[in-house]
Amino acid sequence: MFDFLDKYDVLGAFWTTVQLTLLSAVGSLVWGTLLAAMRVGPVPLMRGFGTAYVNIVRNIPLTVIILFASLGLHDTLNITLGAADNVDTANFRLAVLGLIVYTSSFVCEAIRAGINTVPVGQAEAARAIGLSFTQVLFLVVLPQAFRAAVLPLANVLIALTKNTTVAAAIGVAEAALLMKKMVENEAQLLAISAVIAFGFCCLTLPTGLILGWVSKKVAVKR
Amino acid sequence: MSSVLYDAQGPRAKRRNVLYTAGFLVVLAAVLWWVYKALDDKGQLDWALWKPFFSGEAYSTYIWPGLQNTLKAAALAMLIALPLGATLGIARLSDHVWVRVPATIVVEFFRAIPVLVLMIFGNELYSQYTDVTSDDRPLYAVVTGLVLYNASVLAEIVRAGILALPKGQSEAAMAIGLRKGQVMRLILLPQAVTAMLPAIVSQLVVIVKDTALGGAVLTFPELLASANTMSGYYGANTIASFTVVAVIFVAINFSLTSFASWLEGRLRRRKKSTGAVLGVEDSVNIAGHAGTGAAA
Repeated sequence: MFDFLDKYDVLGAFWTTVQLTLLSAVGSLVWGTLLAAMRVGPVPLMRGFGTAYVNIVRNIPLTVIILFASLGLHDTLNITLGAADNVDTANFRLAVLGLIVYTSSFVCEAIRAGINTVPVGQAEAARAIGLSFTQVLFLVVLPQAFRAAVLPLANVLIALTKNTTVAAAIGVAEAALLMKKMVENEAQLLAISAVIAFGFCCLTLPTGLILGWVSKKVAVKR
Repeated sequence: MSSVLYDAQGPRAKRRNVLYTAGFLVVLAAVLWWVYKALDDKGQLDWALWKPFFSGEAYSTYIWPGLQNTLKAAALAMLIALPLGATLGIARLSDHVWVRVPATIVVEFFRAIPVLVLMIFGNELYSQYTDVTSDDRPLYAVVTGLVLYNASVLAEIVRAGILALPKGQSEAAMAIGLRKGQVMRLILLPQAVTAMLPAIVSQLVVIVKDTALGGAVLTFPELLASANTMSGYYGANTIASFTVVAVIFVAINFSLTSFASWLEGRLRRRKKSTGAVLGVEDSVNIAGHAGTGAAA
């Protein structure tokens, strides 16, 4: 039943999926936090830029972004992100870049949702007892905002894990591309699908359960 | 202007803002200049590459047929997924364990798996076990994948919509002697449907975006695939074609999102309803996985 597994590197493919997920998660957390800072900050130009970025990027399909990274950046403009001699590495890096560009807009919104849960009265009270701007931000507002952002960020992470499959469109050897290869070559559709589905369940379900539990644990009771 | 993060600004903060704005402008201009240079060096800004998009031919030959397929797949997926999702969502609220548990397993399973995997599965399923022609197969596969995933998400939206209604609604219905089925059919569902509308419209955005997967991986001739064919025909104008396609996607999805937000605001302001509304944000949170409590 499952003897076809010897011919294919299923674990290797899922390792690529995990790598895509982790690298994109770190990158989009950084860029998304910066975007969120711009969107909630006092500078109108930055606010406008952040808003425009989020509204444009999250309405473009991720498939379009990742294909553009390959066909537009790589093939047309010869941007290889430091992997000029190796197409596979270049595609992997371009896929990560595309995932970061796309996921950042959702990270930004998740963080903003966290900040929006903090009542203005909290900051006003903190200012009233004479705390400085930095103290208000780091002692009162942000701790509460981060706790409220755990759940939306967890959802973004799970969506990202599933979105890494889009990298199959530009030939990154991850789980979905391997599945496509396997179902075309072997007459074992149900067994193959079960293996791949099980792999994704192993990645997404624990993430959801653990982070869901963490978010309940740290939630600010109001 | 005072927010939770900063107070109304005095003269020093205003001066600092001007500095920040100037600094940001410099960075932005540098990035734009770099993009312009990169495009110009490769001759990607030549008028010949952009010209097709200012005449009707590109639209009538490539973009419109592609867009039709995108919208067709999205509409079909939504129409099939809605009743399925409603059934699953209500089944998850059932009092009977043997109804509730299987429904829960189905919903959780299909939300844990990427849409692309479901599409690849559907594609192979139709090619091995049915006699769907190879021309129709990509559409079938795309719609199948979209339906399986989105029915599960919609099931969660339906469940959250029903749970968001005030408890008094079902209590009052029971008090006047309605049966369980009647409470659901006559009292809860009609109210939940209006509460869910904004979240359902937001889900449409997700469906429209996911149809592009079929174009990239399963040779489904939708909008994105038409951009590829088009750039081949007009002399490798990849950048221009993708820009036009991205603009069309943004236009469709942005109007859907705006409509959902407008609907949400309108429903929240309505005097008649119970005030339970599932908004755009809720649909994003439900579509994720962590924590599936009803949105308050």
